[in-house]
Amino acid sequence: MNIATLLAGGRTRLGSHFFELLVGVGLAVLLFDLLRRLVTDALRVFDLLLFVKEGIVLGLVIGLAGIGLALTYSILHFPNFAHGDYITMGAFAGWVVSYVIAGLGSFDLRDLFLIGVRGDAGGVVVGTSVVQTPVAIVTGLLVAIAFTILATILIDRVIYRPMRDEGVITLLITSVGVALILRYSIAFVWGQETTTLTANSRPQFTAPGIGVQVSTHELTLVACTLVLIAGIHYMIQQTKLGTAMRAMADNPDLAAITGIPTERVVLATWIIAGGATGAAGYLVGLETGILAFNTGWTLLLLIFAAVILGGVGSIYGAIFGGLVIGIVSNVALVWIPSDFTTAAAFLVMIVVLLVKPKGLFEGVTTA
Amino acid sequence: MTRNRADDLRARIGDTDLVLVLGVMIAMYAMFTAFGLLLGLGFGSIVSTLQQITFLTAAYALIVLALNLQWGYAGLLNIGVAGFMAVGVYTMAILTASPDPGPTGVPGFGLPLLVGILGGMLAAALFGGLVALPAIRLRADYLAIVTLAFGEIIRIAVNSQTFQSVSVLGFETGTGGSRGIQGPTNPVRALYYTDPSNPALGRTEIGGVIFDAFGALGVEEPVVVDLTYTLVLLGFVVLFYVLLTRIVKSPFGRVLKAIREDELVAKSLGKHTSRFKIITFMTGCALMGLGGILWQGSQSLVTPDQFDPLLTFYVFIALIIGGSGSNTGGVIGAALFVGLLFQGPVFASRLVSNFAGFESAPNTFPDAVAGLGSLDVQPLVAYSLSEIQSLRFVLVGVVLILVMAKRPQGVLGHRKSPAVGVDPYRRDPDGDETESPTDRGNANEATENDDIFFK
Repeated sequence: MNIATLLAGGRTRLGSHFFELLVGVGLAVLLFDLLRRLVTDALRVFDLLLFVKEGIVLGLVIGLAGIGLALTYSILHFPNFAHGDYITMGAFAGWVVSYVIAGLGSFDLRDLFLIGVRGDAGGVVVGTSVVQTPVAIVTGLLVAIAFTILATILIDRVIYRPMRDEGVITLLITSVGVALILRYSIAFVWGQETTTLTANSRPQFTAPGIGVQVSTHELTLVACTLVLIAGIHYMIQQTKLGTAMRAMADNPDLAAITGIPTERVVLATWIIAGGATGAAGYLVGLETGILAFNTGWTLLLLIFAAVILGGVGSIYGAIFGGLVIGIVSNVALVWIPSDFTTAAAFLVMIVVLLVKPKGLFEGVTTA
Repeated sequence: MTRNRADDLRARIGDTDLVLVLGVMIAMYAMFTAFGLLLGLGFGSIVSTLQQITFLTAAYALIVLALNLQWGYAGLLNIGVAGFMAVGVYTMAILTASPDPGPTGVPGFGLPLLVGILGGMLAAALFGGLVALPAIRLRADYLAIVTLAFGEIIRIAVNSQTFQSVSVLGFETGTGGSRGIQGPTNPVRALYYTDPSNPALGRTEIGGVIFDAFGALGVEEPVVVDLTYTLVLLGFVVLFYVLLTRIVKSPFGRVLKAIREDELVAKSLGKHTSRFKIITFMTGCALMGLGGILWQGSQSLVTPDQFDPLLTFYVFIALIIGGSGSNTGGVIGAALFVGLLFQGPVFASRLVSNFAGFESAPNTFPDAVAGLGSLDVQPLVAYSLSEIQSLRFVLVGVVLILVMAKRPQGVLGHRKSPAVGVDPYRRDPDGDETESPTDRGNANEATENDDIFFK
């Protein structure tokens, strides 16, 4: 009898740690193989650094885009499937303004409005870039932020607010409807082709010591992301509004009972989330140099992966998750063909969910 | 006496369901016939249009019914539907493709079609198990995102060059990458042609008679073949419907509904809920595989584009319109989605541009709104009609939001199907005349499970 109990106990213990054990062994094998490749020169150190750099840039893009999703996910308690299309919306709004400022006088206004998706005013001829047209880029970024804030508030007032008390699945499906409306309204106006947004030539810097090249647009992205993260961190940790947001993320009913004006907090959440999302959309366009009506939608699943990886509700988790996703999907090139890098990122998300169903930053709800 | 009343009621309610479905289909047919007549199409073209509507409705209905088992009855939110369909269809295509397909084709194992179909269903079920086994413990919204990610992984895999051609145990095969893989020859063609893969070699006796009869009415040969296949598909819809209704009414189905309503209660009653959920998920995936094979697998070429994640959302929209948790609602939802949201706008726009007689639509949006300054709306209208493909999706989004806001239970979602084997309100089984109002009310609502109430 004792043996039977012991066996059963052992099996349960093994069962509960089985996945973790498996993942640990897998990681160890990969790390060992990476070192072996570096030592035997099957992989050059420079290539690995390049992968890591590309990974960090992609990771920051995803992380920045994930902040807005993490905020609304934790405070409104539903996964917003329209988030990807908020990104696209911000990008289009901002880039139209950038094009108009950069190309006014030398191009037809109608062509500038179409930002190269159709018409004659493509990014290469208009020459939009941080160095050549800084005013256009900064104004575009600000417009992207402002426009996305206004649009998200409007969408919330008309659609989400009357459904505030519905269940998570109802809101999830509603957000799919919002996503379809936004995406195909953009496709209706601009068409379904992909446009090249920026000028061909971008000044490159060579990072000292490691020899990896970094473009000005990547630097802009990193700088803007860090500033935004710092601002949001301050707001959430140091202000009264931030405290109220954390309270609502933790327990909405309790927050309402203690006298927190929940609707005003929700409004503030959409403003912050919308602003971060609009900025992310504009900067994604700047860094990748391309934009289409479904840019945000294709990014959305990676963003979800990042947010879930970090543990829903934590903006630091979202950024950390973004970096993990970005680096994994680039470093994975060491082992797998380039078609599968996105699949590798999704696989990492699934594995993390199996091992730690609440994400890596489990229990830390910093809003 | 109770018996008779029960039979009457059952017959009446059963008929109501059938009448509902038939009514919706007749309304669709009437609408598209009217479209066809107004557009000046011939009899053959109208028949072809109606065939397409029926085909799409049946195809959507198959997938919607499979999804209804997972979501409507067990509450498992699976948004990787397109991925599971792809697994089924690709497995079937690889198993049945000829080992020597010629220069452009992808070689396969050359097995009989039936083996291919069963293999496809099995593969879809296994992949379903692979996803469900670990993921079933997760929260509903996490499960949704995991299944969506899985669907994307599948699409990336079949799209990649790596699997374009691979050798398995010495056999050359593959997915064909983005160029796709050829589907099997549709077996219904054997009814009409002596050589199903090459119509030029002559017709069978039946084929000759039927083709001549339809040809006299102006219906062309391919339309007749498609019509026949559509009938086969309708047969499968009935099969799916009967199968799912059986599952749902069984003790197994009652546990599922208990899980959907309150998993903790089901667990407390000693039900191994995880096992129920995994079995349901795998069964649903197998049916999605079969539905995918019958739908996308019947095309001459199977490509990754046919399994876009959007397809999953279409299926969801169809199910939501009809009302999740109701099989009849699912079929009606499929018909409404195909007729009103998917094909309707296209025909409506053709009709408008036909009658309005616009010269030519402006190429870009700014050109289209330029006329508004001088109060000329015609360019904008013409542009809208030329971009109807995009507007159609906007319409889908609007309908989805309206349904969720105004009637989240869908058209037929008001039906109650109690998760009990015996009517708790029944007093005396042997024809007691006194009848409680609750009894009456429940009996009227219980259409899915009507026989529970009258044993």
